[in-house]
Amino acid sequence: MNIFTVILVVIGAIFMIVAAIYAISRKDLLVATIATSIISLVLSVFFFILQAPDVALTEATIGVALTTIIFVVTIRNTKRHEEEEE
Amino acid sequence: MKRIITILLLGVTGYFVADAVFSIPFGVDKLNIAKEYLLNSPEELKVANTVTAVVVNFRGFDTLGEVTVLFLAATGLGSILFRRRKYHTGLNPQREAPQASRIVQVGGKLLFPLILLLGAYVFIHGHLTPGGGFQGGVIIATGYLLLLVSFRKFAVKHSSLTWVEAVAGVTFAGIGLTGLVFGKDFLENFLPTGVLNSLLSGGIVGIIYVAVGFKVASELTGILDTMLSIKVEVDEENEEN
Amino acid sequence: MTEELMQQILKISFYGASLALILIGLYGVLTKKNLIKILLSMAIAESGLNLLFVAIGYIMNGTAPIFSTAVLDENNQLLETVTMVDPIPQALVLTAIVIGLGVTAVGLALVIRLYKHHNTINIDEIRNLKW
Repeated sequence: MNIFTVILVVIGAIFMIVAAIYAISRKDLLVATIATSIISLVLSVFFFILQAPDVALTEATIGVALTTIIFVVTIRNTKRHEEEEE
Repeated sequence: MKRIITILLLGVTGYFVADAVFSIPFGVDKLNIAKEYLLNSPEELKVANTVTAVVVNFRGFDTLGEVTVLFLAATGLGSILFRRRKYHTGLNPQREAPQASRIVQVGGKLLFPLILLLGAYVFIHGHLTPGGGFQGGVIIATGYLLLLVSFRKFAVKHSSLTWVEAVAGVTFAGIGLTGLVFGKDFLENFLPTGVLNSLLSGGIVGIIYVAVGFKVASELTGILDTMLSIKVEVDEENEEN
Repeated sequence: MTEELMQQILKISFYGASLALILIGLYGVLTKKNLIKILLSMAIAESGLNLLFVAIGYIMNGTAPIFSTAVLDENNQLLETVTMVDPIPQALVLTAIVIGLGVTAVGLALVIRLYKHHNTINIDEIRNLKW
């Protein structure tokens, strides 16, 4: 653990939280899905930093590829935009 | 109004959960049962990757249950999205969708065998390097996903997927039951363990992880094929209601 | 920068990020009306929980729990200088991620069926229990 890893972790944590808020607040569901896959990407880097290469591989394949594709397929079959509330 | 109540509720919950979580020390040695696993995995089982040893051997029954859950998810998905035969032509029903570009098609053909090779490498070396049955299976499923999105006429044969899945599941459970014949517990190692850090080491761990790899690959390919072959429009039968 | 300060910053980053993800996901589940958005929020909360599990199992300056030739001496004994992180949370999270994919897939299949029957995925507009 050197100083560069610490800086990377701090930037990644802030990036993750911003992406999560963005994913929740956007009305366009496709954009929200891509933001969620960005969270998974940062998360797999975090797992690698935390010395868990097995979990990093799983998160990189499942979280980034497969979860995103099944959400995109569902959005293609339903509606892309969330309705306005209240 | 509802939003304010939710934020207040989450604030209170978050305060107490944060209080509990931040009292856990970070980065210090908290091992107790893991010490036993870290000792046993290379000494008795000769498995280099301790995570694999925990997943497949020490908690193998847990993994058997997990594979069952995945099987149930694939089956449930198929039955939820079941459609009548007359709509199902056997082709990939993205007929209305435009053909993928030539670059994607040639790239998909070129990359598909390499992706299969990577997946097979990952689950065969699951007891030596990071990775294993789950990761390798998912990598193989992404290879099939590449073909499914590239070619409109590409369809996976669900009967052969079911066979691969069944054989892999029977292998997993059968190895566990064979242990009972040799006077061991269910899913306990009964084969010679070999030398640490060689390919043929770890007894039953490698065989079980290969079986898990085939099972996960076939189940996830089935899930992806079912999800991708949904028709876009609303069913005609429901518009009458 | 000293070791203790680095440890504190890492603790706040990892625990804080995972708690924030869990709370943001819970907020989405409680307030959103769109079914796909609810499933996305559940996926976000699950990511936060996985990160918390793995972060608790970490040991400062530890290595991955793999007995490769790099951490062993000639007699296949672990080198004195090497400490290994906890393998159990990693194994649990490994299975949790795969199960999470199955749960998400079944949930999205139900969403597609609901849309085909009711022509909407807003939970306020789906009132009748008739399937």
